[in-house]
Amino acid sequence: MQSVNYFAFFKLPMQFSIDLNRLETSFRAIQSASHPDRFVTCTSAEKLASLQTATLANEAYLTLKSPALRAAYLLAMHNIDATAETNTKMPVAFLMQQMEWREALDDAKRTKDLQSLENLLADMQLDAKELRANLGENFDEKNDLPAATDNTRKLIFIDKVMADIHNAIEHLET
Amino acid sequence: MALLQISEPGQSTAPHQHKLAVGIDLGTTNSLVATVLSGQATVLVDDDGHALLPSVVRYMADGSIDVGYGAQAAQSLDPQNTIVSAKRLMGRSLKDIDISNQPYKYVETDSMVHIQTRAGARNAVEVSAEILKSLKKRAEKSLSGELVGVVITVPAYFDDAQRQATKDAARLAGLNVLRLLNEPTAAAVAYGLDNGAEGTYVIYDLGGGTFDVSILHLTKGVFEVLSTNGDSALGGDDFDRRIFCWLLENAQCAPLNASDTRLLLTKSREAKEWLTDHANAQITFQLSTGDLIDLTLNTKQFNALTQTLVQKTLTPIKKALRDASLNIEDIKGVVMVGGATRMPQIRLAVADFFKQIPLTNLDPDKVVALGAAIQANTLAGNLSNQDLLLLDVIPLSLGLETMGGLVEKVIPRNSTLPIARAQEFTTFKDGQTAMSIHVLQGERELVTDCRSLAKFELRGIPPMVAGAARIRVTFTVDADGLLSVSAREASTNIEANIIVKPSYGLTEEQMLAMLKAGFGAAESDKQVRLLNEAKVDALSLTLAVKAALQQDAHLLNVAELQAIQMQLTAFEQLTLGDDAHAIHQATEALNAATEDFAAKRMDASVSRALAGKNLENLSL
Repeated sequence: MQSVNYFAFFKLPMQFSIDLNRLETSFRAIQSASHPDRFVTCTSAEKLASLQTATLANEAYLTLKSPALRAAYLLAMHNIDATAETNTKMPVAFLMQQMEWREALDDAKRTKDLQSLENLLADMQLDAKELRANLGENFDEKNDLPAATDNTRKLIFIDKVMADIHNAIEHLET
Repeated sequence: MALLQISEPGQSTAPHQHKLAVGIDLGTTNSLVATVLSGQATVLVDDDGHALLPSVVRYMADGSIDVGYGAQAAQSLDPQNTIVSAKRLMGRSLKDIDISNQPYKYVETDSMVHIQTRAGARNAVEVSAEILKSLKKRAEKSLSGELVGVVITVPAYFDDAQRQATKDAARLAGLNVLRLLNEPTAAAVAYGLDNGAEGTYVIYDLGGGTFDVSILHLTKGVFEVLSTNGDSALGGDDFDRRIFCWLLENAQCAPLNASDTRLLLTKSREAKEWLTDHANAQITFQLSTGDLIDLTLNTKQFNALTQTLVQKTLTPIKKALRDASLNIEDIKGVVMVGGATRMPQIRLAVADFFKQIPLTNLDPDKVVALGAAIQANTLAGNLSNQDLLLLDVIPLSLGLETMGGLVEKVIPRNSTLPIARAQEFTTFKDGQTAMSIHVLQGERELVTDCRSLAKFELRGIPPMVAGAARIRVTFTVDADGLLSVSAREASTNIEANIIVKPSYGLTEEQMLAMLKAGFGAAESDKQVRLLNEAKVDALSLTLAVKAALQQDAHLLNVAELQAIQMQLTAFEQLTLGDDAHAIHQATEALNAATEDFAAKRMDASVSRALAGKNLENLSL
């Protein structure tokens, strides 16, 4: 169970650009066949197999649906750990950008400025979009793993800051 | 498992028999039971034709227990022995709840809240079990047979302790729980199937004591919950209490005794219901002190009194939309569920927020029970809705206590169930063989702001130098939304023992004591029951393994096939005997022996499902 390739599991080609509709269709088909609701009156061995497969399907779906997690997963298959703490090399320009985002977030939090938070979110979404396009090229066209690693780490970082912005917005709204 | 169910061997496994399964809506104010009869979900009524069973339990002077309308009618005569809204106390300790304006004598305990009645101290699990027993009796009488299993609905925003308490209540009532189902999801099933709905829908469920909002995507029989949020301590009861306080303020009466408190609360509820269709509510009655209360409450006043409550329901909606990355324009419809959504100010606020008229064409009291009945029917294996698939989520994040009283999230809220996540720990001292782990549920950063679910002690860690042990703790949340934990030392592969101390739930010993007290059966009866049960389990396992072999023996190699067949033959011999314990052990062994086979069958079935889908795609 543990060595399952998520792409193969959903009958998808192993690449960054994937057909999200197909992913969803495959996910639903697997859940229809394996969900614990289908095995309520079955033997405990069958229930266990159902629980394991349905859990795997959820985890694999979550991983492939998110561009950042999908990229990190592809890198992991090449034995590259994009999330490793030792892996801290980042271009200076991006480090500067990081600091700017963090500062903007802190300022907006302090001044309770909802609009600035929304603007920041929109800006970062544009950056994320560009990174996703780059990742498609890095992985699928040029097979440039060092560049893919860089961009993956940037995307993971952006996702983290965006989650913090969401939390800040939620905090202000309540 | 179903410890209290007795059936003759073979009875429950007869082929093609319609299995009696019901859905139960265990509500704060009212409870219902429903089933699918000739393909139609139907609420079962009592002898007097009532669909609703007031969730009120009265412990009588003669030792009997009255549940429902009788108990409700007596609540102001006998307030301290008549428990209402017990659902609000499920999985809660005394410090969690608001005990003002309640006529009860609470008992200090370090676990779940107990209320002192003439029958002794009673907790919410026991009270709920009485309601469930009453519904079970109603269902078995009306369907003329024993129930195979039930689906019980819970608020989507119920945490692990509240869900576990609900399951404990069912066990105490002798019910086999097929699934705990979230109330808004149940409502979505009933609404969606009835109306052939497709697209993204919001379920707004304001019950007697709980508020839930769930956002679901409906497509071709798949009900996928995208996000859920709510407030497990906000409901119609709170609107009553606003009127209650207003009456107290305006009537200027002396402090109330227990019966007058209950009377005033009842009058408040009646006024609230009256104001749904009328502009003014005349509230006139006499207190036991002789004081006369005679006041008029109009809609405008009522709206002003309850405006903050209505607003309080909008915050969870915003959070749920944000979590699902959706805007109000993405929402195709808003389905109103729960008796409290009859209040016009609620409907207005929801319409205003979503910029569309909410859907109120289903009976808000019955829709949850109907959905639960449909799901119960499917789960029991009555082949009516084969395409129906519910994908639900965990409502609140699960985390662990780390240094400095902080919580580290392990499973984020709104993760689709079932889900498993592992976390690795190491030892702090040389030769350390045990460690304690604190599991919490909630969204806040501090341990003190989250709900403590359990403290685990891991024992049996092989002694090593500090930092060398790698203990992998796996958290699994099943389709009921219930957490279980397992732990293993990774370098030696030694399983660590887990001792669970539920923070506010009931321990297994407490459960067993309650089961025993409620039953009081003689030792010999118990033995007979255990043997019967072991035999029923063994027979159904035999049939299941045989059916599996008939279908899928080709997935096994010769040696594997022979091993299973031999074990099966020995098993069948053994089950002819009268040793319940031996049969039970052999059942577990046969189950374990067929795990690999079950996994292979699962893989094959997944492959078939995917192949089917791909063919479908090609033919488009």
